[in-house]
Amino acid sequence: MLKLLLSRLATAVPSIVGVVVVTFMLTRLLPGDPAAYFAGLAASPQAIAEIRTKLGLDKSLPEQFVAYLVDLAQGNLGNSLSTGQPVVTEIATRLPASAELTLLALILAVGIAIPLGVLAAVKQGTWIDHLCRIATTAGVSLPVFFTGLLFAYVFYYLLQWAPAPSGRLDVFLSPPTPITGFYLIDSALTGNMEVFWGALRQLALPAISMAIFSLAPLARMTRGSMLSVLGSDFIRTARASGLAPGTVVFTYAFRNAVLPVITVLGMVFSFLLGANVLVETVFAWPGIGLYAVNALITSDYAPVQGFVLTMAVLYIALNLAIDLLYGLVDPRVRLDS
Amino acid sequence: MTAVPALAVEDLSVEFRTRSGTVKVLDHVGFSVDKGETVALVGESGSGKSVTAFAVMGILDPAGRVTSGRALFGGADLLALSEHDLAEQRGRELSMIFQNPRTALNPIRKVGQQIADVLVRHGGATRPDAPRAAVEMLKRVRIPDPERRVEAYPFELSGGMCQRIMIAIALACRPALLIADEPTTGLDVTTQAVIMDLIGELAHESGMATIFITHDLALAAEYCDRIVVMHAGHIVEAAPARELFAHPRHPYSAKLLAATPGETVSLAELASIPGGLPDLRRPDLPACRYSDRCERRLDDCARPLPHRVIGERHTVSCWNPL
Ligand SMILES: Nc1ncnc2c1ncn2[C@@H]1O[C@H](COP(=O)(O)OP(=O)(O)O)[C@@H](O)[C@H]1O
Ligand code: SF4
Ligand SMILES: [Mg+2]
Repeated sequence: MLKLLLSRLATAVPSIVGVVVVTFMLTRLLPGDPAAYFAGLAASPQAIAEIRTKLGLDKSLPEQFVAYLVDLAQGNLGNSLSTGQPVVTEIATRLPASAELTLLALILAVGIAIPLGVLAAVKQGTWIDHLCRIATTAGVSLPVFFTGLLFAYVFYYLLQWAPAPSGRLDVFLSPPTPITGFYLIDSALTGNMEVFWGALRQLALPAISMAIFSLAPLARMTRGSMLSVLGSDFIRTARASGLAPGTVVFTYAFRNAVLPVITVLGMVFSFLLGANVLVETVFAWPGIGLYAVNALITSDYAPVQGFVLTMAVLYIALNLAIDLLYGLVDPRVRLDS
Repeated sequence: MTAVPALAVEDLSVEFRTRSGTVKVLDHVGFSVDKGETVALVGESGSGKSVTAFAVMGILDPAGRVTSGRALFGGADLLALSEHDLAEQRGRELSMIFQNPRTALNPIRKVGQQIADVLVRHGGATRPDAPRAAVEMLKRVRIPDPERRVEAYPFELSGGMCQRIMIAIALACRPALLIADEPTTGLDVTTQAVIMDLIGELAHESGMATIFITHDLALAAEYCDRIVVMHAGHIVEAAPARELFAHPRHPYSAKLLAATPGETVSLAELASIPGGLPDLRRPDLPACRYSDRCERRLDDCARPLPHRVIGERHTVSCWNPL
């Protein structure tokens, strides 16, 4: 297992190098001149040139790249031009907001999709199988932002069951002492139940919208994978040995069927990480997606760079985790490495 | 010596519902196996041997349905038992091993655990004792270095080793009946002999009845007391192995024998059986499902097949036997 970890870490190194180079190039190639933007519409050419020098944009690309690397090595991603705050600080406060939402959505989706898919396969052709089919079809045909808008309209505007879609916490509540940055965990750790419920109420609608969408591919893969495993020779052996139905379905079938589900889980996760921009917009969620979009609109390249870099590292870490999970489940992967 | 049947299959019919119609895969199949006896179920591929075994074990595909018959085993009719009661018997009183030992084992579970699962399920060992019991089982099937091998995964073992593991799983609870469905197909000739000898010895040791399913008549004759010949879902002939080899009476048995390499027939002289199995979806299946391929067909052959007893434990279903 350690060998697997090390070999996968080694393969991650070139990806990281690539990401660093690409993020640098990408932001330099983006349309729009940040210096002109920040000098304002009425600025003289001299003023623009001054700002350009201040930002280091007048230097040659290799020089800029070296400066970028030096900054990166010191954990400095530059400052946002629009807020003047260090990008690292801003990402550090906004990433947990996105992560909490994404993880909760994913936990919800997995918690429903996997039992649903397993049951649909075990009881093929029964009502639960049809339910699974309806859920997966509905899930993929409803875009996240649409479900989000619909939920906000129905549960906040019409029914008033949910709080206003106004971020992570009601304005009357103050955020918990940051420990992990996740409001649910931090408030639970500090025993602040009022904030816990407040945060949960805010999370509910966006998390459920995202969960409905990610449920579909997970349930579909679970069902398909279970069906094919249940038809395999070793399940027949298990049944011929008289093993209890629970052992056959879980210990024998599900453990084998879970491998492709893990792959889909990784895909869904990385998709959610990137695609929750729309949900964040609908629910005014102070997450990293909204941050990146605003920066992109204003040609504020340091935050964009920071965002892409963060996402890429997350993505690589995620794939690493998936590989390790694979190795944990499947001895063939473990011993191949 | 009066023989006591361990398993008596009577009048067993099985249908499969498919998109292209109902397939009458087994038609009033009957045979029996005595305690301690080894009976071969022989026939070309597709004749219904596996389906017979699956029906007896109660592990037919959901598309398959038993439409008639009984399978008497230990005083009960296996076909009438509830799935729950049958599962209690499977792996303890009656066991099965399969073709393709590599795919028949759970690829991501240690082989020792797979043996332990069966032992624990049927009360052959407690969880803490199970690893030791699994090592004992590996010793019984003569796997060298058993302490290390219980920790192995199937993909780390050869096909022959995997089949020994299968045998260990099947025999862990000392069943009264073992069904071995082409257990050596796909193994090399040397390993084939080793596996067959092993099954034979273990069966002899414990007085276990064995049904050996094969398409290889020579192998059947070498290892079995009696041979039951199956064709397109019918039992066409049943006889003591030596007698069937010397005097096959059903035209299909004779053709099968002629297609078997042996001391008297060289490979070059091997006859192949003309024609193929009939399409079992046909609504107008002839009474004798061999009649389209038969050289001895008479007008009588269109009538329902007779069940003729023509010797000591020798029966044939044919209007014009040899
Ligand atoms: N699941 C199934 N659905 C439809 N037909 C089947 C199914 N399983 C087996 N059969 C049919 O039953 C017949 C006998 O199959 P089988 O018992 O596997 O033959 P054998 O083991 O003698 O080679 C074949 O004609 C096959 O097409
Ligand atoms: S019953 Fe007639 S057709 Fe069938 S095998 Fe015997 S001789 Fe041939
Ligand atoms: Mg078969």
